[in-house]
Amino acid sequence: MHTQEVTQDSLAVGQGTTEGNVLSVEGVSLSFGGVHALRDVSFSVKEGSITSVIGPNGAGKTSLFNSISGFYKPSAGEVRFLGESVNGVPAPERARRGMARTFQNIALFKGMTVLDNIKLGRHAHLKTNALDALFYMGRARREEMELRAEIEERIIDFLEIDHIRKQSVAALSYGLQKRVELARALAMQPKILLLDEPVAGMNREETEDMARFILDVREEWGVTVLMVEHDMGLVMDLSDHVVCLNFGQMITQGLPKEVQAHPDVISAYLGSGDVAALRRQFKEGKGA
Amino acid sequence: MRIGTVKENYGADAALFDTRVQRGWLVVLAVALVLLPFVSGQYVSYLACLVLINVASTTGLNILTGFTGLVSLGQAAFMGVGAYIVALLEMKVGTPFILNLLLAGLGAALVGMVVGLPSLRVKGLYLAIATIAASVILHFVFANWTEVTGGVSGLTMPPATLFGMELNQPGEVYWIIMPVTVLLLFGAANLFRTRIGRAFIAIRDRDISAEVLGIDLLRYKLLSFAISSFYAGVAGGLWAYFFRVITPESFPLMMSIFFLAAVIVGGMGSILGGILGAIFMTMVPEVLKMLVGVVTPFWPEAVAVLSPVRIMVFGGLIIFFLIFEPEGLAEIWRKIRRFFHLWPFKT
Repeated sequence: MHTQEVTQDSLAVGQGTTEGNVLSVEGVSLSFGGVHALRDVSFSVKEGSITSVIGPNGAGKTSLFNSISGFYKPSAGEVRFLGESVNGVPAPERARRGMARTFQNIALFKGMTVLDNIKLGRHAHLKTNALDALFYMGRARREEMELRAEIEERIIDFLEIDHIRKQSVAALSYGLQKRVELARALAMQPKILLLDEPVAGMNREETEDMARFILDVREEWGVTVLMVEHDMGLVMDLSDHVVCLNFGQMITQGLPKEVQAHPDVISAYLGSGDVAALRRQFKEGKGA
Repeated sequence: MRIGTVKENYGADAALFDTRVQRGWLVVLAVALVLLPFVSGQYVSYLACLVLINVASTTGLNILTGFTGLVSLGQAAFMGVGAYIVALLEMKVGTPFILNLLLAGLGAALVGMVVGLPSLRVKGLYLAIATIAASVILHFVFANWTEVTGGVSGLTMPPATLFGMELNQPGEVYWIIMPVTVLLLFGAANLFRTRIGRAFIAIRDRDISAEVLGIDLLRYKLLSFAISSFYAGVAGGLWAYFFRVITPESFPLMMSIFFLAAVIVGGMGSILGGILGAIFMTMVPEVLKMLVGVVTPFWPEAVAVLSPVRIMVFGGLIIFFLIFEPEGLAEIWRKIRRFFHLWPFKT
């Protein structure tokens, strides 16, 4: 691998951030009819950090991601990206500014090869117009060749997917599809990478590979990472900062160790923090 | 048996025709296309022109329906727009045919973009209905804007001229139709080597994640409509030079269904599929007609008895191919090629 020496040009971090925060969520609330998916959630993501959002199912993690990437419009509060409010900025424009995202249930384009899927990540940064494209001369050819070389040398090599580059994504295993999705997000030249359950449904080996890639992305590419994940082992090992949600509200945030030990977090996951009460329930046969 | 193809640079890997054998066949095809009008009679030239016009229009619809996933039943109406523009320019202004065809394409593209506006909100069958509505409106305009379109009786236009020669016969108009169609086909193939084509496929496969990648849905859907109708407009212009009489009934809704069927039979989302589909849909009825002609000397009532059967056989063939290979003729072609590449081993 020769990824070590080619990390400088996409490292455009540090521009326009306030107090070293790439992203900050300030008092965001979101409701669908009477259901409050998010209530007054506030936290910030430091530049170069790995921040994780945890919480039981239905806690509002994916709603939070959708609010950040621009699918949902928060009913109150503000999302600030690179020091600017992005409320009212449509999703494609957020992507262009450097917000890349992967999905919980893989959102690759099934009718295309791995290579074309990754190339799509760069879409917003290319300039070829329809007329260039029809004749495939000048700018269109030049951009395609440059893009191909960069994807081959930086991304495909880095994520170790060179053996599948010409295959259709529909035929790939789950773990490889997740890796291709990460490759596509990297092709977007992101400033922040939003990973929605990057290791869900993976076996141990695939999980370890993905963990290594996430760390490498931060180290070698200098990209800030915000992820939602259920795998506590991964979250605790990788994160610099953990945010815990339950029923749309933020319970606590802080270092992984602090969050893990927080009584409200334990009760959110187990249903009650009162261990004695739990034990009584089991004895009476009401448990399980 | 072929083991693999070696490429030395990314450019070679992205080439449209990547092996020497393929390029060889391409030269054979090019020579055949050039020689065709010299060696064949007017009837074969007539059929060749018809096939080429249909290939151009089907390829346009394939960009919209096969690659972008937007079902449209307005293709014939867009062809009509192009045909009327060409006829009017030829009759009233007398500009050269290349310019007329270009303007026909641009005019149709403009109309196509307006028709495509609902596509951000409605998809699938609903969009198909919306495009039917558009084609009915266009038909109404063709029939009733009498001062411009000549109303129900339509327009009769002079032939195209090339270096001062009038192109009257099919074997002569062929020299306009063939190069323009080839150009359009190369354009379509190139489109899908670049970000524009990839964005179209992304919208077809998963529009929400396309948006997250920075693809502006409305813009690209309208662009797809524009390119598709541009192809229809140029094809309509070629049609006008070929038949030279344009009436509102020249471009019925049935014709739009014909193009949609050609895209589906040939293979959605494949340039080759559009070509094969258009050839199939145009030639099979002709071949069946010829077969009836062969039988007639031995069985005088053949025409009366077999004509309805002919239509049923045509419909049956379409259904047969869809069941046999839902991915279309292009997929059948790929399987045949793979068989020969791997021979003598089994696929």
